[in-house]
Amino acid sequence: MGNGTLETAAPTEARSRNRFRDGGRWMGFASAVPPALVAAWLLSLLPRVSEGRPVLWAVDWAPTLGVSLAFRIDGLALLFGLLVSGIGVVIMLYAGSYLKGHVHLGRFFLYMTAFMFSMLGLVLADDAVALFVFWELTTVTSFLLIGFTHTDPKSRRNALQALLLTGGGGLALLAGLLLMGLESGTLRLSAMDPVLIQGSALLPGIIVLVLLGCFTKSAQFPFHFWLPNAMSAPTPVSAYLHSATMVKAGIYLLARLSPTLGGDPLWVWSLTVAGALTAVIGAAWALRQTDLKQMLAWTTVMALGALTLLLAGSAPISLAAAMTFLVVHALYKATLFMVVGILDHEAGTRERDKLAGLARAMPLTAAAAVLAAFSMGGFPPFLGFIGKELKYEGALALVAAPGVAAFGLVLASAGMVAVAGMIAIDPFFGRQRKSVSARPHDPPKSMLAGPLLLAGLGLAFGLAPGVISGPLVQPAVTSVLGGPATVKLALWHGINLPLVLSIATFTLGVLFYIFRTPVVAGLNAFVGRLPMTGERAYDGWLAGLKALAAWQTRILQGGHLRVYMATTLGAVVALTLFTLFWADALALPAAGSPSLSILGVTVAVTAAAGAAIVVTTRSRLAAIGALGIVGTAVAVLFLMHGAVDVATTQFLVETLVVVLLAAALVRLPRLTQTPRRNRRARLRDGILSVGAGLTVTLVMLAVLAEPFDRRVTDFFEAAAWPEAFGRNIVNVILVDFRALDTFGEIAVVAVAGMGAYALLKGGMAVPKQPIESLILRTATRGLAALLAVFAVFMLLRGHNDPGGGFIAGLIAATGFTLLALAHGVGLARQALGGAPRIVALSGLGIALLSGLAGALAGGAPFEGLWLFLGGDPAAGDKGIPLSTVLVFDIGVFLVVVGSVLAIVFGLEEEA
Amino acid sequence: MDVVLALLAGVLAAASVWLMLDRSLVRFLFGLALLGNAANLVIFASGRLTEGAPALIAKGAAAPEGDVSNALPQALILTAIVISFGLFAFALSLVHRAHKDLGTTDSETLTIAEGSDRT
Repeated sequence: MGNGTLETAAPTEARSRNRFRDGGRWMGFASAVPPALVAAWLLSLLPRVSEGRPVLWAVDWAPTLGVSLAFRIDGLALLFGLLVSGIGVVIMLYAGSYLKGHVHLGRFFLYMTAFMFSMLGLVLADDAVALFVFWELTTVTSFLLIGFTHTDPKSRRNALQALLLTGGGGLALLAGLLLMGLESGTLRLSAMDPVLIQGSALLPGIIVLVLLGCFTKSAQFPFHFWLPNAMSAPTPVSAYLHSATMVKAGIYLLARLSPTLGGDPLWVWSLTVAGALTAVIGAAWALRQTDLKQMLAWTTVMALGALTLLLAGSAPISLAAAMTFLVVHALYKATLFMVVGILDHEAGTRERDKLAGLARAMPLTAAAAVLAAFSMGGFPPFLGFIGKELKYEGALALVAAPGVAAFGLVLASAGMVAVAGMIAIDPFFGRQRKSVSARPHDPPKSMLAGPLLLAGLGLAFGLAPGVISGPLVQPAVTSVLGGPATVKLALWHGINLPLVLSIATFTLGVLFYIFRTPVVAGLNAFVGRLPMTGERAYDGWLAGLKALAAWQTRILQGGHLRVYMATTLGAVVALTLFTLFWADALALPAAGSPSLSILGVTVAVTAAAGAAIVVTTRSRLAAIGALGIVGTAVAVLFLMHGAVDVATTQFLVETLVVVLLAAALVRLPRLTQTPRRNRRARLRDGILSVGAGLTVTLVMLAVLAEPFDRRVTDFFEAAAWPEAFGRNIVNVILVDFRALDTFGEIAVVAVAGMGAYALLKGGMAVPKQPIESLILRTATRGLAALLAVFAVFMLLRGHNDPGGGFIAGLIAATGFTLLALAHGVGLARQALGGAPRIVALSGLGIALLSGLAGALAGGAPFEGLWLFLGGDPAAGDKGIPLSTVLVFDIGVFLVVVGSVLAIVFGLEEEA
Repeated sequence: MDVVLALLAGVLAAASVWLMLDRSLVRFLFGLALLGNAANLVIFASGRLTEGAPALIAKGAAAPEGDVSNALPQALILTAIVISFGLFAFALSLVHRAHKDLGTTDSETLTIAEGSDRT
């Protein structure tokens, strides 16, 4: 670090390469309009809010979860909102000229605007979840902005670092906010009861989680290192994100939650220690930098530390100090970043030791720099002076270690004085060096207006502090305090301890500046001996994480099907069994219901025996036969318990499975060709299999032991006839009540058919010789025709009696399959009259249209429409029913026929 | 009777897992077919068994009379059977195609035949 190459794109590489006539400066003006409007709107709210009447606006977002998109503009939100939008205007104007000609200018302003609105959402949100969403939106948009120069690997690395740290912190924050919501019973930040939360046993956890979020975002020690690294962003981004907005999000939230969480010793001490350390580290590291932008970044770290430190307390004066310093810092820091950008732009470098004597060539830039630096150093009569006096007063009013805090602040502020000198005096005064570009000059007005305006405000507010104290600072302090407060800002406070500390600061700061060379050398020597830095810890953590990911990928995803299966099954079995035992859910149904029947047990044992044969046999034919036994036995079990339609379907499917297997297996290698598993694999697979079986049985027993809830079934039974005009309840559910589900299911069937067709059609289609059997050939023609007629019969009667589209489709498919087996696929195709996949897709279309008809007629999609022909109401005869439901069932029928036959024909034709 | 079905579902599931962990993809297919049966039994029995009549409404009545079988799980299973048949057929075609193109139905050899970017 520490040289001008960090930010490569902006001034050099990409100039004059976009397609806009004036290089895109108009975009800066255009982008400044939205923040200007927002700022004007917020200003118009100022009188109302400063009277203590916050502006509320909310819409439901996820009402069942209590989440709403709620916004609330109180003093604190208004202060931050004005900073975000006001400085936004200035930065947008500046960026238009700064990045003039950049190829990705449009993208830049898109990111910036997105970021700005995320940030506004964050500070105005009142709902914890909404706040979190905006919080992460700022993380994501700032990732895009930090990595804007995406061709530079360093830029990408730094963007990722910021994303991981602040994104990770954001997750912790979410957990913390949700816990707060649980404890207080509301997600509205303004409605959370401090008493409930402070009394909660979870308070320490809440504080740690929330602070993790705030500290990562606001770059507090030990997460401070990402902020200086984020300087690889173009300078306008640094000026905006890293001075006025993004990093202040953590500070904002600390202030926002201060009434709820403040006062707890954990909170107070965490903020004090982290804040003081961050402030001192920031100041010391700032002095060491040779790159002016890096130097400013570290002073931001210092400022964030000071703010955190001040928010540790709950005395009005500490909070007033924090809020005032917030304004001070935003004004001078944005100015100085923009000045450094101008130097980079016009003089070609940001290196401290290469810049000198530029005041004559760039008088206005120098003026802005000096004005801002005075405010930064805390000299009277600038607002910075008031801010600093208040800081000392506020630090002395802290609960935890006020002396140490004040001492730390004096040290850090002295560093600021020295840095102010290095930034405002060194580059502009003294003798000009040769290393700068030949003719440095002041930049165009749009680039100068912002810095001059903000620096001027720093002076104006210092001279007339009443302009901001009453309308802005006081309402903000009131919000943070959770009660009324009076804040009066003044330049002269009389001779008191803060004044003495101020004088000490100036003296020390000037000494630092005069002896800057030895001071910096001493600091560098000290840093060189540090055993560990946050940066190195981050690198180590990241490397460890990657190694862990690589390790578990190697173990779990080694590319072996059986390992995937075993891992997945093992995890499911272990977790389910653990839950069963842990929740003590093992149970036996009170009395087996219905009672055992000899037939039932026999059939079940037959099924189990069939399964045993499939497992043990090495003969393909035996396995197919045994599979058929299992399926048929299961179908009988369905039949025994009143499931006629299911049993019929199962019988038909079993038939087709056997046919398919028989057709395909002839061409597949024998089972004996694959080696048996070794003893270790047998043991592992055995344990897994028994575990899986045990899990299924135990879960089922636990389910059966529970009382049964018949509500849904009762509804279907009661509504099937009066509402859907069907006597077969199963079919009515399929084609009417749950027709949308059924549509999804036939879509799956169609996709499976198409997929199989696509897999099989590759290569030459050489029809297999049909089976040579005269009896079969003669019988099948008649049988196939009979099956086709029967299928139509089953389809039509399905709504009132066992049958329906699925069953009819399977019956028809069986008929065509028979035909294909006996006479070859050619004849079967002829008989079908069209390609099976076309049949299936037509069916899907018909089903969809019938569903849409219901919606077009004003009902819900897939709601049935009925027409009764020639009815005789007196005799209780409704007549011949015609309905979209029947059309739907025809669609189902066609899908099943087409999909099954696509596969059967495909397999049969395979050479 | 429902306990018997619970046991049977367990047996079928165990057999299916054993088969699906085999190196032979053909036996994997057998396992897949059994798994469908096991799952359907689970759904069926979870909706409680009745010895009673099918879920039909008699002519002239507005609702089923007496104890009829639970129609809801039946509707679920009916489509599930057809879908698991579709899945089975698709898997069969896949194995068939793999055998045709790669010359093996051994999942271990298949890993090698497909090539692997891991060393």
